[in-house]
Amino acid sequence: MSLTTVEKPSDPDTAGSSVQVQAQQSQQLKRRVPKPAPNAQKKRKPGLSAWISTIVLIALLVIVCFPVYYLVIGSVMKPADLVAYPSVLWPQSGISLSNFGDAFNAIPLLRQYGNSIVTAGIITIAQLLTSVLAAYAFVFLPLKRPRLWFGIFLATMMIPAEATIIPNYLTLADAGLIDTYAAIALPFLATGFGTFLIRQSFLSFPLELRDAAMMDGAGSLRFLFTILLPISKPTLAAVGLYSFMSAWNMYLWPLLVTRSPEMQTVQIGLTQLKSPEAYDPGMIMAGTLLVVAPTLIILIFGQKYIVKGLTAGSIK
Amino acid sequence: MAQRTAFLYLLPGLLIFALFAYWPLIRTFVLSTQGNDIFGAPSGFVGFDHYAKLLNDSAFGQVLVVTAIFTVITVVPTIALSLGIGLMLHARVRAIRFFRSAFALPFAFSVATASVVFSVFFDYGSGVLNGLLSFIGIDRVNWLTDPVLALTSVAITTIWMNLGYNLLIIAAGLGSVPEDVVEAARLDGATGWKLQRSIILPLLSPQIFFLTITGTIHALQSFGQIHILTKGGPDGATTNLVYSIFKQAFAANNSNFGYASAQAVVLLLIVAIITVVQFGLLERKVFYK
Repeated sequence: MSLTTVEKPSDPDTAGSSVQVQAQQSQQLKRRVPKPAPNAQKKRKPGLSAWISTIVLIALLVIVCFPVYYLVIGSVMKPADLVAYPSVLWPQSGISLSNFGDAFNAIPLLRQYGNSIVTAGIITIAQLLTSVLAAYAFVFLPLKRPRLWFGIFLATMMIPAEATIIPNYLTLADAGLIDTYAAIALPFLATGFGTFLIRQSFLSFPLELRDAAMMDGAGSLRFLFTILLPISKPTLAAVGLYSFMSAWNMYLWPLLVTRSPEMQTVQIGLTQLKSPEAYDPGMIMAGTLLVVAPTLIILIFGQKYIVKGLTAGSIK
Repeated sequence: MAQRTAFLYLLPGLLIFALFAYWPLIRTFVLSTQGNDIFGAPSGFVGFDHYAKLLNDSAFGQVLVVTAIFTVITVVPTIALSLGIGLMLHARVRAIRFFRSAFALPFAFSVATASVVFSVFFDYGSGVLNGLLSFIGIDRVNWLTDPVLALTSVAITTIWMNLGYNLLIIAAGLGSVPEDVVEAARLDGATGWKLQRSIILPLLSPQIFFLTITGTIHALQSFGQIHILTKGGPDGATTNLVYSIFKQAFAANNSNFGYASAQAVVLLLIVAIITVVQFGLLERKVFYK
């Protein structure tokens, strides 16, 4: 699990040579200007400031990672350790896995897992489909007023979902869809941001190649599915993962449109572990760990794509 | 003909946006001028009565203050922390990969999972935070029920939750800092913090700007952590704009859809203003390569 992929330039050949050129240049400069040489040497051995940085970083790391540590360790601690005052940070009276069983008994966790997977899956697939189709039209098809339509797609990013919950709730309630998968997923089947990213990726495809493919008899859709989409895989993966994680993490909307525990997503069901009558911190932490596990796994294995999707908006 | 076919490709997306973004946008404005009965059904046109009520409602004044304070005390520390960590990592610390991965861990947490975990930590009787305070001889603290502390506790949860994402963006920005510029500055004698402050920091201005804008908009939309940790209390001390909309419209069968919609319009306007400011500033104030 590393974030260094972020800073790797996309083209290793040119990047390597430019680094070499820089190294040569700096060597030449060093020969001409002898004064900064000590600085360059200092860089190799960690100086005082590097040690201070390291110590500060370790302190911050302990603070930032403590909640994760305590969540994991707390989920296997016995009640006596969990309520100990002053706190114990390591199980004193042995570990037990019963907290996980308790969490499964308190809420229909597996069913809610399924609800989250189904709704996040529907949202992800639909967002990819609607964005790919729209981006394809924006880039390759003779659209009337393309800027206007693209603007209409983009402007949706400026409408905070929280500001339109009331009419959206009323629409779905009037349609009798409260407490259904449709209610959770419907408002999120299209995405302005995803369309934007996929359009960017399509724009880098040479038009001549597309024309050549058409000449060879590939129809519009065939070109899209057999040539364009396969080479756009990294962008699609980035948009897909981003869509899935956003949908998986949704809170306000599923809270509003679900009623029964059987239809709630894990994010909502999880909060029901926190019942005020029988407060059980070990069971709450075990349940939370089970819910956070999939995103942790995605973060570890899909980080390259996530970073790409997330940072796409921040780097010009 | 071809143009019509092209339009068909846009149709699925457009339909969703029309039904669940643009129509509700208009309907929010319309609802904000409507009264409603106790079941939420519209009971006629009331003009700008709801807006007039907002101006005179001291509770709503408090909502705006809470929203503003919460935004500042989450966005500023999150960016400052991620910048500090990012710059320190960039200055050739050992085991940089390990550090970066570990600092990214909170990114795996959703608002619900983070808030539920912190609600356990904040617990007065058995929470680990009060347990840790006892190590340094400080008495138990009412993290979530003290009127002053509650908003800070919600903010701490939010900062922790957002740190991973902010750090990813800063790391991406640091990765795109041109090596030759840094090398040239080093040869001119710039080292350590001087190099960081006067060379690298200005080069990060696009990322800082991006995080400020998106972070502010995101903070204005905060809901889950408040709903899970404090339910807007004590006595409205943590009720921000979105929580207030939720409370007016949905909590305890309130169904004040009209009044809540007027508040939603305020949220829309604030976000719109920030977005416009963003585009206005983008070209002038930010250093792009």
